[in-house]
Amino acid sequence: MRDARGDMRRPVGLRLWLSGGWLTLLVAGAIFAPWIAPKDPLMQDLFLGRLPPFWESGTEPGFWLGTDSLGRDVLSRMLYGARLALVVALVAGTLTCIIGAALGLIAGYYRGWPDRIISRFVDIWMAFPPVLFAILLIAVLGPGLWSIIIAIVVIDWTRFARVIRAEAMTQGAMDYVASAQVAGRKRFGTMLTEILPNVLPTIVVLLTLEMGIAVIVEAILSFVNLSISTDSPTWGGMIAEGRTSVHQAWWVLVFPLIALFLTVLSFSQLGEGLKDRFDPVLR
Amino acid sequence: MNGFLSIRNLTVRLKNGSPILRSVSLDVAAGQVHGLVGESGAGKSMIGKAVLGTLPRALSVTGGEIWLDGTNLMSLSPTERRRRIGATAALIPQDPLTALNPSKRIGPQITRRLVDILGWSRQDAQDRALELLGEVHIPDPARVMRNYPHELSGGMRQRILIASAFAAEPRLIIADEPTTALDVTVQKQILRLIADMQTRHGTALLFVTHDLGVVSKVCDTLSVLYAGKVVEDARMHRFFMRPIHPYSAALLAATPTYTDPTGSLTPVSQAVIDGVEAEVAQHDARRAQ
Amino acid sequence: MMYQIKDLHLSLPDMTRKPLLGPAPRIEILKGLTFDVPEGAVVGIVGGSGSGKSTLGRAMLRLLEPTGGEIVFDGQTITHLSENALRPLRRRFQMIFQDPMSSLNPRRRVGGIIAGPLRLHGFEGVSARVDEALDMVGLPRHFSRRFPHELSGGQRQRVGIARAIALRPDFILADEIVSGLDVSSQAQVLNLLGELVRELGLTLAFISHDLSVIRRLCSRVVVLHQGVIVEQADTATLFDAPKARYTQELLQAIPLPDPFQKWL
Repeated sequence: MRDARGDMRRPVGLRLWLSGGWLTLLVAGAIFAPWIAPKDPLMQDLFLGRLPPFWESGTEPGFWLGTDSLGRDVLSRMLYGARLALVVALVAGTLTCIIGAALGLIAGYYRGWPDRIISRFVDIWMAFPPVLFAILLIAVLGPGLWSIIIAIVVIDWTRFARVIRAEAMTQGAMDYVASAQVAGRKRFGTMLTEILPNVLPTIVVLLTLEMGIAVIVEAILSFVNLSISTDSPTWGGMIAEGRTSVHQAWWVLVFPLIALFLTVLSFSQLGEGLKDRFDPVLR
Repeated sequence: MNGFLSIRNLTVRLKNGSPILRSVSLDVAAGQVHGLVGESGAGKSMIGKAVLGTLPRALSVTGGEIWLDGTNLMSLSPTERRRRIGATAALIPQDPLTALNPSKRIGPQITRRLVDILGWSRQDAQDRALELLGEVHIPDPARVMRNYPHELSGGMRQRILIASAFAAEPRLIIADEPTTALDVTVQKQILRLIADMQTRHGTALLFVTHDLGVVSKVCDTLSVLYAGKVVEDARMHRFFMRPIHPYSAALLAATPTYTDPTGSLTPVSQAVIDGVEAEVAQHDARRAQ
Repeated sequence: MMYQIKDLHLSLPDMTRKPLLGPAPRIEILKGLTFDVPEGAVVGIVGGSGSGKSTLGRAMLRLLEPTGGEIVFDGQTITHLSENALRPLRRRFQMIFQDPMSSLNPRRRVGGIIAGPLRLHGFEGVSARVDEALDMVGLPRHFSRRFPHELSGGQRQRVGIARAIALRPDFILADEIVSGLDVSSQAQVLNLLGELVRELGLTLAFISHDLSVIRRLCSRVVVLHQGVIVEQADTATLFDAPKARYTQELLQAIPLPDPFQKWL
């Protein structure tokens, strides 16, 4: 039977290329920061304070995106800041994903008592106000890279657990799961070989979303001075400093904000783009 | 135009240009039942949707005329067209579960159209709904009006949708596989009901179905579709006794009947498929010139 | 006897009526069914929605555990066997599902779908067996690289059949396997199943709501209504002289493609 309904396809690609491009650029910048950063990100020079970006008048050569009130190079600080942002995004995102998705998968597929225990736990966990929780946690652990990562994981794993549980429940009711049982596959094997590939697209989307969230959380914590030590450059820290002098030197605030915005947007678009491109069901 | 609903050379395409309906022409006379038969993907539901102006967003009418009661709908402005369709035609949908809003009581779902679109008073609409629910043999209509959809069986819900379709005395009803989701015993009751209502109200009925058995019970005339093209137009008796197109004959032969003790089934042969595919290709080539 | 079903009861918790505290009330779906499936027979199980026919099928394959009665498969009682004890037996009874879109894992290729159960049961020469299964259901071998959504409804259902027969089972349960198909592919799938049953010497239970389809395929029919068997008989007997009121109603309700049938 001829059937034209298969022709309704979605165009794929552009957002994957744009978001992937920006993130590649960012990763490269972060890795090679020591070699490509035009200046030392920590070097202060009060005579060079509040230099505007290169296209305005009154700039000094080498300070492409201007300097802050202490005369530190904005571009160099952004490149070094990207290192922290990306490490937090990757490590915190992945850990959150693994813990949350595993618990969600077990709860949604096995149902019964594992589900009751995990779901109750998630409910109780989510009753804590997350921001207070994070601040409290960092106050106890002391500021530092690992504190941020742990705070993010501890707060956000419930998001994965909830979504993946619902998805695993939907998939678990499908006949291909019954069919695996008819074939004599063990339950744990069924979860890994039948259910997991079908919730993987959702996991990927959530994971990239979570990486974006991690970048924001890190920025917020830096903004309120709860991140790592104040002298290493972070986007959040730069935004906090830029805020105080926005009328004299807008670039100190705006460039890190743009970087933050593009990065978070790119992470979420990357997830959707990857799903469009590589999910056999949508392709 | 010789029908209450006359479709002339209706062409519907996907946004990318591939045709879904290929120059479909058909007539439904006032007070008559016309069947639309075909396999899934043949575009039979799309004809009803094109008439009612409810095509999916990816599709659009790219040619042809739809004459409803002497007016070409395609020549009207979208607003005027919607108004005209709303006053003349109604739909009995396939799935009685999703066609009713689960969070609203039955009564308002029947009366809303009468009040909002046709400007009836609330009391008149209420009386009319009660009368109709009685007409479709629903026991204790006043109570059912206060029920939510999930409190009723599939058969009951389909009766309500039928009552709702006839509420504004439409002169054309499009029934899109109205009994596919139902058990045979319930299907029989519902088909009998639709036939009764149709005769009593003198409504023209366009009946979309994949079931030739059902067609032989309710239709006066029918069109057989393949790949969005009408391959045969026929009066009902003639069609079942002497189908002309090889594809129609093959469909009939493939339909199982419990009265045949050998129970042999002849699938639609590749030769028949090739033949009808060639016709479709020929049609497309002619249109492309 | 391939299957002996004795006074089978099955009830499920009704979650829609679960009280705030305590367990949900149970609804009885199967209310004491007794019938046999002789070796080599094709038994039709027919009934409307809510008759319990699908539940019965799933209980026979022990996807559900009965609450009472007994299921004997080839001399072995399997009523309450644990999943571990059932596993070696599972190769011998297979199932073809109603909706191939849901029963074929959308993210696996056809080849993997058919090979999975074969590997699980330690078959040798898996890829040759996959090819052979595809041959038997009349699909080209290169279909093993396709995903289910790239196939038509009839082709998908053939993959479901291929997966079941590849294991060379003794018994297959087919649950409404043609209800989602167009008449032309329906005829093909039914003819195919009929041939395979004969060639492979299978025993088949065929669940359907459609008596016309049952007549085409089955040697014996069990009529189910609201969890009770209202009639069981040889196919010819049942169609020529239906005894139960419900069977008569069911037969009279079927619209034949014949304008002269007195019906409405």
